[in-house]
Amino acid sequence: MEELTNLFHGFAVVLQPFNIMVMFIGIILGVLIGVLPGLGGANGVAILLPLTFTMSPTSAIIMLSCIYWGALFGGAITSVLFNIPGEPWSVATTFDGHPMAQKGQAGEALTAAFTSSFIGALFAVIMITLVAPLVANFALKFGPAEQFSVYFLAFCSFVGMSKEPPTKTVASMMIGFALAAVGLDQVTGQLRLTFGFESMLNGFDFLIAVIGLFGIGEILLTIEEGLSFKGGKAGINPRVVFQTWARLPRYWATSLRSCLIGCWMGISPAGATPASFMSYGIAKRASKNGDKFGSGEIEGVIAPETAAHAAGTAALLPMLALGVPGSPTAAVLLGGLLIWGLQPGPLLFVEQKEFVWGLIASMYLGNIAGLIVVLTCVPVFAAILRIPFSIIAPLILVICAIGAYTVHNSVFDVVLMLVFGVLGYVLKKCNYPLAPLVLAIVLGDKAEETFRQSLLASQGSLTIFWANGLVGTIMALGLIALFWGAIQVGWTRLRLAASPASSGRA
Amino acid sequence: MERKIVAWGLGLGIGAAIALAPIAASAAWEPTRPVEFIIPAGTGGGADQMARTIQGIVTKHKLMTQSMVVVNKSGGAGGEGFLDVKNSKGNPHKIIITLSNLFTTPMATGIPFNWKDLTPVAMLALDEFILWVNAEKPYKTTKEYIEAAKAANGTFKMGGTGSKQEDQIITEAIQKSTGAKFIYIPQRGGGAVAVQLVGNHVDSTVNNPIEAVAHWRAGKVRPLCIFDEQPVHYDEKMVDGMAWKDVPTCKSQGLDVEYLMLRGIFMPGGVDKEAVAFYVELFKKVRATPEWTDLMKNGAFNTTFMAGDDYAKWVAREEKRHEELMKAAGFMAAK
Repeated sequence: MEELTNLFHGFAVVLQPFNIMVMFIGIILGVLIGVLPGLGGANGVAILLPLTFTMSPTSAIIMLSCIYWGALFGGAITSVLFNIPGEPWSVATTFDGHPMAQKGQAGEALTAAFTSSFIGALFAVIMITLVAPLVANFALKFGPAEQFSVYFLAFCSFVGMSKEPPTKTVASMMIGFALAAVGLDQVTGQLRLTFGFESMLNGFDFLIAVIGLFGIGEILLTIEEGLSFKGGKAGINPRVVFQTWARLPRYWATSLRSCLIGCWMGISPAGATPASFMSYGIAKRASKNGDKFGSGEIEGVIAPETAAHAAGTAALLPMLALGVPGSPTAAVLLGGLLIWGLQPGPLLFVEQKEFVWGLIASMYLGNIAGLIVVLTCVPVFAAILRIPFSIIAPLILVICAIGAYTVHNSVFDVVLMLVFGVLGYVLKKCNYPLAPLVLAIVLGDKAEETFRQSLLASQGSLTIFWANGLVGTIMALGLIALFWGAIQVGWTRLRLAASPASSGRA
Repeated sequence: MERKIVAWGLGLGIGAAIALAPIAASAAWEPTRPVEFIIPAGTGGGADQMARTIQGIVTKHKLMTQSMVVVNKSGGAGGEGFLDVKNSKGNPHKIIITLSNLFTTPMATGIPFNWKDLTPVAMLALDEFILWVNAEKPYKTTKEYIEAAKAANGTFKMGGTGSKQEDQIITEAIQKSTGAKFIYIPQRGGGAVAVQLVGNHVDSTVNNPIEAVAHWRAGKVRPLCIFDEQPVHYDEKMVDGMAWKDVPTCKSQGLDVEYLMLRGIFMPGGVDKEAVAFYVELFKKVRATPEWTDLMKNGAFNTTFMAGDDYAKWVAREEKRHEELMKAAGFMAAK
């Protein structure tokens, strides 16, 4: 009960006129940041952090967390419209969101994406409100072996998901692993595969790869098809929001599952990106329309968006309770806390009640504000697709180049982006799926690192991966997901074999 | 005719401005563009926390007319950041905060960089290291812990930040001094290391005070000893009536290891003396603010300040010491 009293006090703090204004400004800035690929939530929050130093800590954190929500919402816009994920966690949104836009359903896709985001975030906030202390303890159970098992599960639930043959999926994933291995090896402290080039020290940044593979690759493909941009037919229909809403309740099971996956991944802390991929992969398996995933199925937008936002929101909890950020943006927010003299950690909830509950209340209200802002803009966003492609393509190229440049302020990255663009084009032409490659670039080095940390701790024994119930269960789930196709085939054969036999006996 | 006069007037005005500009500059150099503040480490770590606090102080107290932009360049164990500053020769609008990777990164990876490529500005503070264990564990003193580690026969795990960097150097030194063997498990950042200790995934860490203070105050971890020649002077009670000053030195506990880490500022090579002087003054002002005092107290920093020749000499001495430590541990890159 004390929590609820605190929460209502938090609402009272947030609902002051100044704080409400700050909230809307934050959301709008956040959406803009999310739309620009490369700028990203982390950079955006970092750039705008100094703006908030003159405010009270509570107002400042409201503004920053609203920028965070805004960026989470905004990431979906470019994914759907142009197949360019503005943020790592919106990659999975492109799989069905962009085909929907091509079919002229951009408005529906965006509405589904924004609404799912909201539901995911809301679910996670409610969880934070009710069980914050328990959840923090759960996060502590994750050592290197447990973390690896989560990555393992993410990879396994993804293999075989694509329509292409598994060999092509694995080949694509291996290219991703190879690219992820470039740069410093965290475990030995040695440089790998840099060939003495200073610009390779940092490895291949995920964002550069994604902007190139998806953005530039997409433009090349469209040019080849004679500059016809298929989304052009999208009409401006202000009622699209309500029409889509009427369809959404049908997918409650997908939403709930994605919420749970998202919360779990956000806390563990694997983060929003694996959550979105895993949720997409599992939704594809579980859905009746699984075969149509990838060709513009609304469920394929709901699943990753819900999970990404549930994870993004839940990731703030380990940051506040343990001082370990679950995402890069959370890390920058952490920096902000320190400047205001707030020490994140288990005592923050006890010593800085007003701040913590103000933040949690702002999560509720910020998400509602965010939803209102982005939904009113849906027709406007969808209308962007009516602009002739010959005008919009150069603009996209410029935005991509700026995005790639801002990641490390380096021109080399822009060149790299173009190389990835050609690679993306070639892979697409040869029917190699891009998603496993991207997943491997994002999670490859972390998976490798946690795998080797586990083996260091166990002195080389693989038994550490089923040493306790938690890690054992996750690994088993991973193996089931990996061989699900084979299990299904085997099961059907068994049933087929069994039924004639039984009828024969009768 | 009239137009000509105007043109003349303009010409004179510009001429005067050009003539006056250098005089103003030599009186006191000031940044004319936003200053880029590079962190050769990831977000959330000790260097990051300090740099972002400085950015906050500079902005809040308006210590500079231009803004300060903080950029993390953590690639290649910070090599990315150091090479960037090295390649910005003569640029007075770029500064970098350092940790021990100023020495260890070029030594361990062979990246073509040495601190002499940079201009030393000032030492802001020295960061302490403390031996931490989980508070649930029975050992209350360093001696008990080392005995337990010896008895465990090399299965005790030491968590630390990065590989072949300060945490692993200290672990090596502990092994050498006591004969106990540890499995060193590298993590990406100090915050993650502390959480691994709270979750009992490692047996001990050598976290900087600021990285573990929140968990200490929550009663989750226990400091055993501090790797300095004398205890720190902060006497504010943190938990169970214990203050930072009550943490004994490791040497007094029979563990003869000392290590302090530089938190200092450098600029690119070939910059004007006036520019260096500006930043030295700036950081003196930063150090005088209450926010800085709070950071020092919270993180139990050693507040030694140095600038100019003293600082350069200190850095040269430290480089030599690190070379010996890295050689002894076998961490040097193969040539």
